[in-house]
Amino acid sequence: MSTVLLLLITGLGLGALYFLVASGLSLIYGLMGVLNFAHGSFLTLGAFLGWEVARRMPDGSWLTFGVSILVGAVVGATVATLTELLLIRPLYLRHIEQVLVTVGLSLATVALFEGIWGVDPIYVVGPEWLNDTTDIAGALIPNDRFVLIAAAVIVLLGLVVFLKRTRYGLIIRAGVENRAMVTALGVDVRRAFTLVFAIGGAAAGIGGVLASHYFGYVSPLIGGSLLIFAFIVTVIGGLGSLTGAAIASVVVAVLQQFANFYLGGTGDFMVVALLAVVLLVKPTGLLGSKA
Amino acid sequence: MTDEARKALGPILRVAGLSASIDGQQVVEQVDFEVPATGVTAVLGRNGVGKTSTLKAVLGLISRSGVVEFDGERIDSEPTHRIVQRGIGYVPEDREVFASLTVAENLRLAERGTTPHRDMVDELFPDLIARSAQRAGSLSGGQQQMLSLARVLMNDNRLLMVDEPTKGLAPRIVTEVAAALERAAAVTPVLLVEQNLPVVRRLAHTVVVIEGGRVIHAGPAAELLDDDERTQQLLGVHSTDHGAPKGDTDHGAPRGDTEHGASKGADESREETP
Repeated sequence: MSTVLLLLITGLGLGALYFLVASGLSLIYGLMGVLNFAHGSFLTLGAFLGWEVARRMPDGSWLTFGVSILVGAVVGATVATLTELLLIRPLYLRHIEQVLVTVGLSLATVALFEGIWGVDPIYVVGPEWLNDTTDIAGALIPNDRFVLIAAAVIVLLGLVVFLKRTRYGLIIRAGVENRAMVTALGVDVRRAFTLVFAIGGAAAGIGGVLASHYFGYVSPLIGGSLLIFAFIVTVIGGLGSLTGAAIASVVVAVLQQFANFYLGGTGDFMVVALLAVVLLVKPTGLLGSKA
Repeated sequence: MTDEARKALGPILRVAGLSASIDGQQVVEQVDFEVPATGVTAVLGRNGVGKTSTLKAVLGLISRSGVVEFDGERIDSEPTHRIVQRGIGYVPEDREVFASLTVAENLRLAERGTTPHRDMVDELFPDLIARSAQRAGSLSGGQQQMLSLARVLMNDNRLLMVDEPTKGLAPRIVTEVAAALERAAAVTPVLLVEQNLPVVRRLAHTVVVIEGGRVIHAGPAAELLDDDERTQQLLGVHSTDHGAPKGDTDHGAPRGDTEHGASKGADESREETP
């Protein structure tokens, strides 16, 4: 029982990490039709600059940890905004070119990060509590999973409130459904594009800092490795559906954890198998309206 | 207002040499027409001749070239949202309400000015207002059409472009929609794409007939509709018919289906240039 609980909660923690990356991907695709392969770079840069700030502050303090998360969010949002304004907007409606630009950016930034910070992992230090475990019904749960889950829940609730309660949220929800009609009502949907990129970048930046604590290190490849699963989550959840991304994040991560433990380390394979099944049975994903 | 007085005001919209394409296929070809500053101008033609595409081209929702002047100013290089902000309200074919949003959210999204005409919408569409919290996707076709009209009527517009507002509606709803349009047209000129000739006869002062992406006739509505032979020749129906003109056999698209075989709906709707 304790093993099941451990796998479940650590799966939730991993799912939280996936969600932080996938939420932005899903919103960006849903509104703009852009598959953003550079999303992992936002995450990686957020993690690196979060670490750069943290190493100049007192080791292991909660303040340092909080500031590094804030830095990750700001860096992610800034870089994503610049990407949208400078690279995506000039190629509006040219989806193939947009995808190619994001692929190129992701490859170039990995090389850039390797040039700046080297190819070896850089180990990060967080508050001591994060390295401890908490006993829940006999299962020793690593504490950093609780932080991941809390962060993802806060981001999810923040996004839901934003989407439901603000005019830009309304524009984004309508734009995901029918972008042309939003413009035909006199709304400049391009501002919403930039905002969605910024929000997605901020979530990825937060995810980058938290991922560095989850893995215990930051490296130029950290974003790319998470991006693969974030894409899978986005497709399974349904492109453009935030709720779908949240559900799929949990399903994918929990499946991965259980398969790794009970089926001889086949977690990644099972996730890809799940993706194949979903694409065959429901190509639009769990809650998506368009394939 | 007499036709002479209407002409004296000058056109609110002037289109010259307008061509448009969807996915590289020409759907509007060198179209010229003017919309007077008052009354209803109806765009007529068989199915698939480019009526909807003409409206979309004016708004910049599809790729186009040529001259489009609104109230004397060129708007053909402007993005769609700016054209609409100048005061053009657009009611698309098939309503295109946001199905996942509530009625209230659909209306809130459409608000452009600081003082939307909620009172007019309340008065014209009380049933709609009673359903404010209902998702637009769960409304009937008639209610969705009311919502689509309400979205434009709540703003100060200088021109309304309304695409097949009575399509697929029950006769009682057609009458209500026509009444709402008549009320709107009393203060705002309307460019109306419509296949229902009794509705055209009731509302329109001027008609523009399109065939194969070109304008083949323009003139007073009554003059055309009183000439049954000419109506039959241009539209393929008798002027007394209540139904739609018969489909062009070359295109063969049923009502509400595609124009020129080009993909409409979600695919086409993404061809805007904001």
